Amino acid sequence: MQPLTKKVKQVERKPMTFLERLYLPAIFKGMAITFSHIFKKVPTISYPEQTRPFAKVFRGLQVLNRDEEGREKCTACGLCALACPAEAITMEAAERQRGEENLYREERYAAKYEINMLRCIFCGLCEEACPKDAIYLSETFAPANYQRKGFIYGKEDLLIPNPLTQPEEYEKAKGERAPATH
Amino acid sequence: MPEEVKKEAPANFKVTIDNITVEVAPGTSILMAARKIGGDVTPPAMCFYSKLKGSGGKCRTCLVEVAAGSTADPRPMPKLVASCRTNVMDGMIVKSITSEKVLEARKGVVEFLLLNHPLDCPICDQAGECHLQDLSYEHGREETRYEFQRRLFEREDIGPYIQLHMTRCILCYRCTYIADQITNTRMHGILDRGEHAQISTYISKAIDNDFSGNMIDVCPVGALTDRTFRFKQRVWFLKPLNAHRDCDKCCGKVTIWNRGDEVFRVTARKDEWGEVEDFDGKTGWICNTCRFDKKKTSDWVIEGPRKINRHSVISANHYLNDLKVPHETIAEVMGGRKPKLLMDIHKVSEVNKPNVHLSEIEGPATGAVFNKENGLPYKSE
Repeated sequence: MQPLTKKVKQVERKPMTFLERLYLPAIFKGMAITFSHIFKKVPTISYPEQTRPFAKVFRGLQVLNRDEEGREKCTACGLCALACPAEAITMEAAERQRGEENLYREERYAAKYEINMLRCIFCGLCEEACPKDAIYLSETFAPANYQRKGFIYGKEDLLIPNPLTQPEEYEKAKGERAPATH
Repeated sequence: MPEEVKKEAPANFKVTIDNITVEVAPGTSILMAARKIGGDVTPPAMCFYSKLKGSGGKCRTCLVEVAAGSTADPRPMPKLVASCRTNVMDGMIVKSITSEKVLEARKGVVEFLLLNHPLDCPICDQAGECHLQDLSYEHGREETRYEFQRRLFEREDIGPYIQLHMTRCILCYRCTYIADQITNTRMHGILDRGEHAQISTYISKAIDNDFSGNMIDVCPVGALTDRTFRFKQRVWFLKPLNAHRDCDKCCGKVTIWNRGDEVFRVTARKDEWGEVEDFDGKTGWICNTCRFDKKKTSDWVIEGPRKINRHSVISANHYLNDLKVPHETIAEVMGGRKPKLLMDIHKVSEVNKPNVHLSEIEGPATGAVFNKENGLPYKSE
C-alpha cells in the first residue's frame, strides 16, 4: 500500500546487541540528562511565597472602591449589571439616610451587591460601564474553593478596606489598576 | 379684507419640512406637522405637551428655521422660531435638521438646560427614559463649560407618593399645567423667578388629589418621580406590559413594569413622543389608586408586552418571544432521572430572593430594611 506521507519510518525488528540487553548504558545516559538539570535554571517558582508580575492588561477579581474619605462609591445604578455579558452581577439599592453620609458617597447606594464568579468571564466591561469609578478589576484572582457556593461574592468580599481605619489593608488591596481618586 | 383672505385659504395647508411635504389642517403648529412626518425631522420638545393646553415655548429645544414664510409671503423669518408655538402657513418651508443654524442652536439650548442640572443619572430613577438624557445624547456637547456652583435644593416629598428633586428640574411648567387642567384644585406652582424659580407646594401643602400622580408621567426629567418605586429597580431591568383594570375614576389602561411576578411600578401608556396615549378621544390619564396602590399582578388583566423602541435601553437584554429553548434530553436518556442541581442560587444569594418583595415596601428601601433581614418586614408568601 502506498504510504500517506513521506515521513513514514520503518521500525527496525533486529535483535538487541549485548550492550543494549544490559540496559545500563541507556540508564546512565538517561540519568545524566536528569542530573544535568540540577545545574540548570529553574523555570518554576514556589507560588504562594513568590509571584510573577502580571501583564499590565491583566484583569482579575473585581474590587468595589471607596473614595479618599472611606465612603462607598457605588450608587447601584445597575450599568455594570446591564453591561455584563455573562449576567453575573446583581444588586439591590437603598436610600442613604441622614447620618449615613460618612458611609456612602451618594444619595443612593448598593445595599446588596453580588457577583457570581462562576459566571464572570473577567472581561472588564463592568469597569468600563461604571460612571463612578466604583468597580475595577484588580491583579488578584478569585481563589479556588471546594464548593460552588463559595463563588457567590457579596459586598463583604468585594469591598476594599476603609482607607481611614485600615490604611495598610487598603494599600495592599488597592493594586495598580485602581482608578485615580478624585 | 381679512375675511376675504380667509375664504381663499385652502382647507389644508401644504408645508415642507426638510424637503418632505405634508398636508395639515390650518392652525397646526410646525412641531405637530413635523410629528406627522416623524423620524429625525421632528424637533425635540422638552416643555411642549400636546395633551396640555398652553404648554410649550419655554425650553427652546424645538427651534427651527423658516426658510419661506408662506406662498403669499415667501420671505424667510429672520430668527429661528419655536416650532411648538408657531403655526404653519400654506407653502411654508421649514428647515430642521438640514439647517446648520438649528443644530448649532440646539447644542446651545442643551448646554443651557444642563447648566444647573446635577447630571446625577446614576442615581436618578428617570435614567433610561429621560428626555433630557436623550436630548443631550443626540444634540448636546460632550462637556460643560460651566464652572460655578449649580443650584442646590433639598429634596422634597410632595405628598406621600411623589418625590421632588428640584435640582433636576428644567422648569418646563408641564406639571403645573397638569395640576391646573386635570385636577380640580391647584395645589402647586412655581415660586420665585429666573435662577431662583422652583416648583413647590405653597407652604408645603401636600398634594392629595386623585390625579396628582400624572405629573410624574409628564415630567420630562427626573424632577418628579414615583416615591413608591424610588430606588427599587432600574427601568431597564423591568418588563413593561400593557394591562388594564376596571377603575371608576380613570380609564384603567396602564403599563405595568414587572420583574418576575412583582409589579414595581404603574405608569400611563406613553406614545413614541413620550406623551400619554388617547383612548376613545380622551387622554388616558390614570388615577392614583391605579398608579400607587395596585401593586399586584393579580390586580391587573395583562394584555401583552409593550412595544419598546429597540434602540431604547429598556429593550436591552430582553429576550424576544420567539426565544428557542433547547430541548432537554438528560431525563429521556437517564430513564426519567432529572439532572442533579449542584447549586440552588437562591440558597446562596442574598439578592433577588424569591420570597422577598421589595416592590411592596412603601417608600425607598433603606439600610434598616436590609438589616431586618431575619424579621423581613416586606416578606409575603
